[in-house]
This record gives sequence, C-alpha cells and structure tokens, in this order.
Amino acid sequence: MSHINDKDVRHVAKLARLALPEEEIAKYQGQLERILGHISELKNKNTDNVPAMSHPFEVGNVMRDDVAKRFENLPGLYKNAPEMEETFYKVKKVIE
Amino acid sequence: MDALHQKSAREIADGVNGKKFSAKEVATSSLTAIKKLNGQTNAYLTILEKEALVQAEAVDKKIASGANGGRLAGVPVALKDNLMLTGARTTCASKILGDYMAPYDAFVVKKMKDEGAVFMGKTNLDEFAMGSSTENSAFGPTRNPWDLARIPGGSSGGSAVAVATRTVPIALGSDTGGSIRQPASLCGVLGMKPTYGRVSRYGVVAFASSLDQIGPFTHNVEDMALALEVISGQDAADSTSVNEPVPDYSAELTKGVKGLRVGIPKEYFVEGMDPEVKTAVMLAADTLHELGAEVKPISLPNSDAALAVYYILAPSEASSNLARFDGMRYGFRTPGAVNLIEQYGLNRRDGFGPEVKRRIMIGTYALSSGYYDAFYSKAQKVRTLIKRDFDAAFAQVDLILTPVSPTPAFKLGEKVDDPLTMYLSDICTIPCNLAGIPGISVPCGLSSGDLPIGVQFYANLFQDQTLIRAAAAYLKATNWHKKIPALN
Repeated sequence: MSHINDKDVRHVAKLARLALPEEEIAKYQGQLERILGHISELKNKNTDNVPAMSHPFEVGNVMRDDVAKRFENLPGLYKNAPEMEETFYKVKKVIE
Repeated sequence: MDALHQKSAREIADGVNGKKFSAKEVATSSLTAIKKLNGQTNAYLTILEKEALVQAEAVDKKIASGANGGRLAGVPVALKDNLMLTGARTTCASKILGDYMAPYDAFVVKKMKDEGAVFMGKTNLDEFAMGSSTENSAFGPTRNPWDLARIPGGSSGGSAVAVATRTVPIALGSDTGGSIRQPASLCGVLGMKPTYGRVSRYGVVAFASSLDQIGPFTHNVEDMALALEVISGQDAADSTSVNEPVPDYSAELTKGVKGLRVGIPKEYFVEGMDPEVKTAVMLAADTLHELGAEVKPISLPNSDAALAVYYILAPSEASSNLARFDGMRYGFRTPGAVNLIEQYGLNRRDGFGPEVKRRIMIGTYALSSGYYDAFYSKAQKVRTLIKRDFDAAFAQVDLILTPVSPTPAFKLGEKVDDPLTMYLSDICTIPCNLAGIPGISVPCGLSSGDLPIGVQFYANLFQDQTLIRAAAAYLKATNWHKKIPALN
C-alpha cells in the first residue's frame, strides 16, 4: 500500500491545489514513497476492537448563544488583502 | 552583574513595580542585545523596537500613577512568529504570509499584555512549525548559540535561542510533536508543552489542531511557573480549552520530590542514541532518586508506533488546516493566472516551501479515497493504544523520565535532504502530543563538544504542576541551567 508512482503524486498535488512543476514530481515521489513506506508499518499493530481517537480526552459540544459579533478591526483585515475594490475582495471569476 | 534584561522575569517585574529601574530601561537593554546578536543567530524575524518602547513607557506610566504594573511588568517577551500580535508581521516563516499583519491578539498574548509584558520581537521557526531544525524557514535558518555551525532544534528554534542567549527571560513557542521541548534541549533552556486544553490555541496559526499546544521557554523554573500561571486558562474562543482551575504552579517550587514515583521507559533509549545523552539522562534519574524519589523501570510498549502515527495524523490535519492559504483574502498571490483553480495552485506552489508541500501531500494522500482506512483511521486507533500505555504507566508512577532528543544539536544541512531521518529527531517527544499529556525539557548536561543535553519529564493529563515540582527540585540540585553560551 505504500507504492507511490508519479501519477499518484500528480493526483494528490491536484487534490491539494499545488501546481507542482514537472521536475519536482519525481523528487516528491521518492520522498513520499520512503515516508509512506515507514508509516505503513502500522499495519503490524493489532487494532481489532480498538476505538479511533481524535482527541486526548473526552469532550462534548461547547454551546453558546447564537449571537453575531462584529469583528472590530476591519481595516486590519483589508490591509492584508492581495486585491480589493471598496470593501470587496477581488478574485478571478468563480463561475465560468 | 547581569544586564537588566538578563535577570529573571520575576526580578524584572519586581524591580519595575518597585521603581528600582524602569520598563523602558529593560526594553532598551534587551533591544541592544537583540540587535547585537541577531546578525549571528537569526533568532528574530521581526524586532519590534518602536512598539516595545511604546509598550514599556505605558507600563512605566501606569506604575508612576500608583497602579501595579502586573505580574510581568516590563518583562521582555519574544513570540514565535506563528502567534498573533495585533499590528505585527506574522509570517509563520512562510513566503505565503510574508507580509501578513496580525489583525488581533492571540489569547496568550492578551493575557501577557494584561500583566504588563513587553513584546520585543517575533522569532524564527520552521515554516508553519513543520520541522526539527528551524532550517525550513523562508527567511534563513536560526543558528545555535553554542555552536553557530549547528541547528538550534525546531520548530520553535528562534524562541529557544532568544532565551538561551538571554535576550529575553520568557519566549513563547508552540509544540505539535516536540517543537518546544526539542529546541529547549538543544539550546540548554527550559521548554514546556502544557496539557492539551490547558492553554487556549486562539491566535496560534493552526498546524495540527488535535496536537498543537502553546508553551513557554525560560532559563529558570520560577519563571516557567509564572509564565504558565499567566497564559493558562479557559477561553470561549477555543472550545478545546478546558474549564479546570489553573494550579498555583509557584507553590510547587519548594515541594521537593520525596516519595514521587518516577518511571523510566526502556523503549525511549532507542538504537542510535548518543551515549553521552543516555549517560546525562540517567544521571538526572539518579539525582531525583537521591532527592527522595522512587525510580523504577516501566514499559510503554507501543512507543515504536508513535512516529508513524504522528506522520499520518499531523500531516492529515495540516492538509486540512492549510487549505485556508489560498491567496484570496490575504497572503501571497502569483500574478498571471488565467482562472481561479490555476490561481490557487500557483499561489500555493510559490508561497509554500518544500517541507510544507511534502506534509500537505502526505496528509492529502492519507485522507484520500481508498487510503483513509489504511492510514488515517488505522493511525487514530494506534493513537488509542499509545494513550492506553500512558494510562497504565500513570497508574504506577507520577512522573516519566526520558531523553528529549536522541543526540545533541546536529550540523546545519546535515539532515535537510533526508526528511525521514529529520523526522526521527522527534521520536522521544511525539508520544506526549498524541496522548495530550504535559511534558517539559530541562537542561541536564553538556556533551564533550560543549553542547546542551536535556532531560524530559512527562506527567498525567492536567498534572502540569508535577512537572514544575520535579523540575524545581532537580534544578535546585544541579547547575546545568545556569550554563550560558559565550554568545549572549
């Protein structure tokens, strides 16, 4: 399960929205194969009837009133925008 | 006599509150040291000269008006550059956030501000806290002050060096798999990862949300207790922060370790471990024994799987957390894209460095269709086994004692082309994050090459005070934490 070919690397890069240059595909392929080879050793651990853990201790939902709060420092947000028009973020066309 | 900024945080706060010296004098003294050393260490990415002096003057004014300046009155503090400080550049050592100015304060920053701390600068890190050497920074590596040809550890390398060179008494870092404890060990200072949920993560740029925790670096244990008291506590903005009373850490400083049960897990003395590290760590165990602790061998049988579990879970969470960096509302944008999808791909190709891309791809792969069960789900189950190992161990002991890093600081460039070998640097620190328990690194020796060695203590969930208790007793009996690199 740890054999990674260049097609896999291209697929994963596409899913992750990384436009990898062609010369980097082979480099990442070798590195990912080695790393995934190491981590696939986990299959030797018996986990029958072991629950999955996503948090260090039991937590429940934390509820609060559904009240909108204004973020005061709007100029601080706008300052970081790569491109703006008035108070709108300018991006490429979303629907072709 | 020590320069003002080289005193402990407690001495500085007392002196400033008692008007023996001013916050401005301390800040000026710290800034002089930072500017003198930074050309050699590259510990700071941003030096907040103007802002620090303004803050310091405000503290002095408050005290002049008759008010108390706070528990950190005039104390110079350095922040890892993945922590938000309003108006300060916050880069995560990444080109993608190269010009990002924080629009709000992290919870821990606000808590420290309220106590009169003065922020001197933002420190270097491995890009997005991914690394063990601070070489993965888009702004050049940080160098170890004990030997400038060597790495300071990572990812919070800049914060470790800031304290090791005594430019500040307290620096904050973040720890996802050892990123506070490992650099603390390699630079000869104290570094602690509190229990998960003990400190709010609001305002630290997320890497792996189920593992990340913010913690302090200090050069003495009294300041560690003080820093923890200030930054701990529940926060409505982080639903994983817990509603548990913050212990009086300072009260632990004089308790001693008599009767404390200490376990040494045989699995942590891994193959390839430097014999000098092993000797120094075992001597630390002997010291605790002489101080009245009961030391015994224990076993954490699933430790061998921790690295693999970590390198599935952390990249998986990172691939999701880092999806937000798309160059739309903020961040780097590559010119010339023809459509939105291409724009995303180019921004991320040009904005992220190689290690970040590598981890995003590992995580995306582990979460992708057909591999989810074999990787992600399997890793979550083995994480349970590792947690159960600790549950069993803490039924027998109060404290676990281990090495921090298998070797002292290695040379710059030595492991940079070999990611897997680099990952092995964290083999002794990762299990702590997987189990959520607290861990501290404390100086316990110098190698024959004059490089610092650290010993790690683990305690059970929400027993952070046990770490302070043990560290205080150990440091009282030893002098390793008082060794300072010539570069200071």
